[in-house]
Amino acid sequence: MSEWRYRLAEQKGTLLALGIFVVMFVIYTANHPAGFTANVVQTASNKGVLLAFVAMAQTLVVITAGIDLSVGMIFILTNCLASWIVVGGPVETTLGVIAVLLVGVLCGALNGAIVIYGRLQPIVATIATGAVYFGIALLLRPFPGGSVNEDVADALTGRLFGVIPASLVVLLATVLVIWVPFSRSVYGRAAYAAGSSEVAAYMSGVPLKRGKFLAYMLAGLLAAIGGLFLTFFTYTGEAAYASGNAYTLFSIAAVVLGGVSLFGGRGSAIGAIFGAFAFRTIGDLLFVFDLDPLWQPLFQGVVLLIAVSLGAFALFRVKNRLEWFG
Amino acid sequence: MSDTATTGGASSRMPKFLRRIDPAVATAFACIVALLVFGSLYSTSFLSPEYLLQQLKVASFLGVIATGMMMVVLLGQIDLSIPWTVATGAMMASAAAAFGPVGVVLAIPFGILCGILIGLVNGVGVAYLRIPSMIITLATNAVAQGLMVVYTGGFSPQDSASEAMRYLATGSLIPGLPNAVIVWAVIGAATVFVLTRTTFGRSVYAIGNRERAAYLSGVDTRRIVMTAFAVSGGLSAFGGVLLAGYASKAAQSMGDPYLLPSIAAVVLGGTSILGGRGSYLGTVAGVILITLLQSILSVMQMPEAGRQIIYGVVIVAMLLLYGRSPASR
Repeated sequence: MSEWRYRLAEQKGTLLALGIFVVMFVIYTANHPAGFTANVVQTASNKGVLLAFVAMAQTLVVITAGIDLSVGMIFILTNCLASWIVVGGPVETTLGVIAVLLVGVLCGALNGAIVIYGRLQPIVATIATGAVYFGIALLLRPFPGGSVNEDVADALTGRLFGVIPASLVVLLATVLVIWVPFSRSVYGRAAYAAGSSEVAAYMSGVPLKRGKFLAYMLAGLLAAIGGLFLTFFTYTGEAAYASGNAYTLFSIAAVVLGGVSLFGGRGSAIGAIFGAFAFRTIGDLLFVFDLDPLWQPLFQGVVLLIAVSLGAFALFRVKNRLEWFG
Repeated sequence: MSDTATTGGASSRMPKFLRRIDPAVATAFACIVALLVFGSLYSTSFLSPEYLLQQLKVASFLGVIATGMMMVVLLGQIDLSIPWTVATGAMMASAAAAFGPVGVVLAIPFGILCGILIGLVNGVGVAYLRIPSMIITLATNAVAQGLMVVYTGGFSPQDSASEAMRYLATGSLIPGLPNAVIVWAVIGAATVFVLTRTTFGRSVYAIGNRERAAYLSGVDTRRIVMTAFAVSGGLSAFGGVLLAGYASKAAQSMGDPYLLPSIAAVVLGGTSILGGRGSYLGTVAGVILITLLQSILSVMQMPEAGRQIIYGVVIVAMLLLYGRSPASR
């Protein structure tokens, strides 16, 4: 078999997510009253990148066969923090942004330390740390409010050269600066190896713990970038419990749509990004078809249920029933 | 679900009756005593029978919900659809109560039935479609929320709880002993019987230890898993029915404060999150522990933020004490 077929098979999930997104987006813009204009694309991309960042964060942890149920809360916490400290002049704003990102890294590192070195189950551990992060967010912002450096916010949520949405450029830069080096490094491979077979990886002397730890830490960082962007879009911070939960849930949906295996070891953050865009576009389809917004939660829930059930098709290929039990 | 930890290896020199006590359950009960002592230092009315009975009554709602959660956790799975299953049970029971005399009679069974249906969807997804329980239950939670938002129009429903629901939650058949506590005791006794004295219960533990082995021993593991999820859904909905009776109406997001505490109660009571190990006594201890903690925090007028932080820290700390998986070798 020639090499490109291997490459194609490896990227199947990502390409499928891209395909779903393109189809959905064409339907969306074709039915949008304003059509395919720079404005429509900008709004859509601004909404999409928020979920894309959180979905990337989720991907890093899911690849190691873990799950991070606190990503949404890190997202909310950094949003609340940014609404306090990303203000004032250029120096203060820069320091504020750095501090927000550091807090994200810290949250991720705490999750990683508890899961890897404390040897707790990721589900329970991250639900608990998520409660802590939400509590801190609530301390920071008991009521919605705060402000942000509006020049920076407008620049990052606006358009470059009047056409390209700036948020997409930031997303691309994040992929190039964080995801590509990570996935090609020894630690990135260790994270994949931990997900596909932890025992085999351990026997081969792969730096498992450090690879997983780095994955959790970078997940915190990516969630923090998402939180920063949420602040840039809304100009405020709000400790919204429902919103944090929704982002955690949607990030899992995006990851599944993006072809990342929930059992770990397979998939890429780029697939998750397209999964996030596709999920967002599906949610927005309701608006262009003029349906009652009350139906949106149900519609998204059903899409999610169908998306997670897709993996069940693998059961038809199972020849030995014992493979059911993994 | 993978490896099971061995407990109490060092305790072989202890007397037999001491060895039989699960260290986790003992720790949980010790924490309850410590909390009571701490609370009584804070306020003298803390140890009064009225206050303690009131706490037990509040605990029974969580207790009913945590019972279902425990069944699922024993299998090595988790049920994250608790919040909207609770709300669905409450809303559907209240809605049925508005449909004339027949509805009033059928209100409680109807609410529970809706919960069982949600649980069945979870169970079919986990057992037959092999979807990770964490994912499918999050999805059904979203669908249940969507259905309830469409049904109520996004507001809290106007229907109020039926007389029977209120009586079950707030009345007292035996003077001084709230009905809710009796309900919890009955459900608890039934659970202990099912888990320790029936094939179903033994199968639940066996599947939690190693599903493959249970399957090879002739257990219909898929049916057991599905049933356990249906039971969890039904009990969550019943918890919601009781809560609706307590507050005399259902509300949006009334189930949200029960997800984390129900998991925490089960896990703090020494049930292994990997499945296969745990006792109902531990869950009872966990439920009482969580309820007392909540009560003390609210007596101290701790704001919501502080409560969330303390919850999270307590759960992580207790798990680090005795909930760790074995080290890889």
